[in-house]
Amino acid sequence: MEFSGVKRRKPRLADDQRNACYPHSLQFYLQPPSGNVSLTEFETLAIDRVKLLKSVENLGVSYVKGTEQYQSKLEAELRKLKFSYRESLEDEYEPRRKDHISHFILRLAYCQSEDLRRWFIQQEMDLLRFRFSILPKDKIQSFLKDSHLQFEAISDEEKTLREQDIMASSPSFGGTQLELESVYKIPFAEALDLFRGRKVYLENGFAYVPHKDIVAIILNEFRTKLSKALALTARSLPAVQSDERLQPLLNHLSHSYTGQDYSTQGNVGKISLDQIDSLSTKSFPPCMRQLHKALRENHHLRHGGRMQYGLFLKGIGLTLEQALQFWKQEFIRGKMDPDKFDKGYSYNIRHSYGKEGKRTDYTPYSCMKIILTNTPGQGDYHGCPFRHSDPELLRQKLQAYKIPAAGLSQILDLVKGTHYQVACQKFFEMTHNVDDCGFSLSHPNQFFFESQRILGGGKDIKKESVQPETPQTRPSVQRSKDSSSALDSLSSSLDMDLEELEELLQ
Amino acid sequence: MEAFDPAELPELLKLYYRRLFPYGQYYRWLNYGGVIKNYFQHREFSFTLKDDIYIRYQSFNNQSELEKEMQKMNPYKIDIGAVYSHRPNQHNTVKLGAFQAQEKELVFDIDMTDYDDVRRCCSSADTCSKCWTLMTMAIRIIDRALKEDFGFKHRLWVYSGRRGVHCWVCDESVRKLSSAVRSGIVEYLSLVKGGQDVKKKVHLSEKIHPFVRKSINIIKKYFEQYALVDQDILENKESWDKILALVPENILSQDHFLRDELQQGFQRHSSSLQRWENLKNIINKYQKNNKNDKCGPWLEWEIMLQYCFPRLDINVSKGINHLLKSPFSVHPKTGRISVPIDLQKVDQFDPFTVPTISSICHELDVISTKEEKEKGAESDIKPRTRDYKKTSLAPFVKVFEQFLENLDKSRKGELLKKSDLQKDF
Repeated sequence: MEFSGVKRRKPRLADDQRNACYPHSLQFYLQPPSGNVSLTEFETLAIDRVKLLKSVENLGVSYVKGTEQYQSKLEAELRKLKFSYRESLEDEYEPRRKDHISHFILRLAYCQSEDLRRWFIQQEMDLLRFRFSILPKDKIQSFLKDSHLQFEAISDEEKTLREQDIMASSPSFGGTQLELESVYKIPFAEALDLFRGRKVYLENGFAYVPHKDIVAIILNEFRTKLSKALALTARSLPAVQSDERLQPLLNHLSHSYTGQDYSTQGNVGKISLDQIDSLSTKSFPPCMRQLHKALRENHHLRHGGRMQYGLFLKGIGLTLEQALQFWKQEFIRGKMDPDKFDKGYSYNIRHSYGKEGKRTDYTPYSCMKIILTNTPGQGDYHGCPFRHSDPELLRQKLQAYKIPAAGLSQILDLVKGTHYQVACQKFFEMTHNVDDCGFSLSHPNQFFFESQRILGGGKDIKKESVQPETPQTRPSVQRSKDSSSALDSLSSSLDMDLEELEELLQ
Repeated sequence: MEAFDPAELPELLKLYYRRLFPYGQYYRWLNYGGVIKNYFQHREFSFTLKDDIYIRYQSFNNQSELEKEMQKMNPYKIDIGAVYSHRPNQHNTVKLGAFQAQEKELVFDIDMTDYDDVRRCCSSADTCSKCWTLMTMAIRIIDRALKEDFGFKHRLWVYSGRRGVHCWVCDESVRKLSSAVRSGIVEYLSLVKGGQDVKKKVHLSEKIHPFVRKSINIIKKYFEQYALVDQDILENKESWDKILALVPENILSQDHFLRDELQQGFQRHSSSLQRWENLKNIINKYQKNNKNDKCGPWLEWEIMLQYCFPRLDINVSKGINHLLKSPFSVHPKTGRISVPIDLQKVDQFDPFTVPTISSICHELDVISTKEEKEKGAESDIKPRTRDYKKTSLAPFVKVFEQFLENLDKSRKGELLKKSDLQKDF
């Protein structure tokens, strides 16, 4: 990666030129930004966008996307953080520029792992979908053209010629008039999800897509392009990370705001083995509670269960010595030979604490990981009960946990709608007697941490100063202060040449 | 026509590959104008030899090498695969993971055995004139969609040699399509869903997609002759019970069940034709009386589609590296040549008059003997490979040549367009 030695000073743009830079209130982020930005601004832009994407995520979980409430709240958030979203009477240049630069900065922070990429792409897609939905009809065509998407809206004559066929093909038409909608002509291969189910009219190799359906196609295009771009960015990342000004900021960003991974053991040694039984019923999430119960009853757990539960225990503070003792005690009760345990199982426990083999300190599984991978089979107790249990069994389990009937049906409805983590949040609320748990659940250790916080009377468990925050539990002002103080220790007076950044992001 | 005896294959194939196989046209096809470097050289062929010996990853440098190898190996069967990143016959020398299938024609395989649940005359590998209409309808329906909906221009339909047909779509852009898009195309073309345990395989809704509507219109042209006369699908109780099973049980009108009324109607009439007319009338009546959307003209269409609509094997079409029987290959069991089908005369195509390898070899012998007599001792020892023209294979090669002409024309058109854009006169 070359860093250009020459710093080009760009003159301040005249009004016309400013508007020409950003002709639309939204964009596909095809070109990296150019120009200069100070390190402080760099940081502010990044943090603001993370706040924005976090809001997008939360609103998406709390409200159905596209409803009046969702739309108005998201718009309010965009306005508050001063990002562009729709055309207004005020000067659009600053919010659009902010949008542009902050997106590219976050690419650096979020390209590093599959989880981060997936999260980033999902929120950016939801954001784009919202902005596109409020774009006025006359602006759509020019936006698509400028974005180099080959989506031609057909003329009214062409539309009338094919009106019957288009109406008969598209499920979005329930008798509404075609006259009011735009119809786009795109090469059939670009409308794969539509034509495979015969949900669009095909003629001579082109799909005639009504406006409602074009959004799905655009989002797909966006996702594909962004996914490729992130892969490319990841390859250039070592060069970026070697820049001392950027490295702490980028690491800080991705850890703070997509949820911590609970690998740092701030509570190391604070749990004693004889507390585990009572903790399992008070503060463990259902997935871990069921694993603990199975372990106690069968004096054994299979590999999947040992990994999921073992790493969770590490995350709540169990030391290696405690873990070895814990598992050995239980397995011996199951008539396992102590020597066999030492030979077979203890190596694995030490391995997951990073004391053997390639010495990776394995991190406890997040909810996403538990839900999506390693589906439990017969004789397994791992997985997510909301995802993997039969609904009837789940109902019985929840009843045994003393969840009242009204809450029970709410939880089961959420499960039906595949909102597994929200269902677990509801479970948290019911068992801890709170109306709003105040966090967006994404990790079993988070469940435990929050539970302990409430049960401990709201006092914060002592944390090391380096430990990243949990999402959404501190007011935003405080966050920026923390991070800018971290940066002050570096040379904050340097100007970051964005052209260097541009080269890195190509 | 000379009867075909599989035991004679080795001798017959020797003659076929020496004097009858149309190598020139075959190479012209797969070389695609030589526009892309090494396109032919990177193409995989597979041979099935005597005693079922199967060899993959065959590839050739040019037409002459292809000819020599085929004459040497005398394959019972030839399959065509994908164009790879490297010469297939050197694939073992390529770094692991670097040897990739890159392009291939989009292909379809329609097989008569997939219709065993709806044809009464034959089963499994057999076909007869009564059920061959299924292939005719399939070709018309699929070809229309490939041409009019997808805009594909170069479609070669080939008789498989026994119980079905293949389609090779050879447009330049189509050869580059991904596996996902190929699967999508098959899905678009599929309407009959379900295996042995599913009784009702076609479900329509009130909204009919133009593809479905146009397909039904094609079937309508053949339905009376094919289903009501040849197949006689309402001949007796056993056969009409199968049709009744496709009518939902719960459709009621004034305390009468549609199924019951249809049953009574069938009993009152004496031919499939009458019974079908009756069925249409009764359904119409129920539709008018019924306020709900359970009953409509699509009931009749669902039955027609289940009995007549093409059934595709998605696995053949979706894989870029899938190997499919080559045109002009011989079917080892029937001896028939896999000949191209003339789309202009698809209704007249009769699989039972397709030349077999024994019949064309015999024709060649007769003509050669005659020529020898006429020209004296000038009998050719040199292998001549354009002798197909003297046999019943000729018209089929002509169809193939027409297909190649169209490919050439398109290619020239594309090159002109490109050079115009680059302003290179």
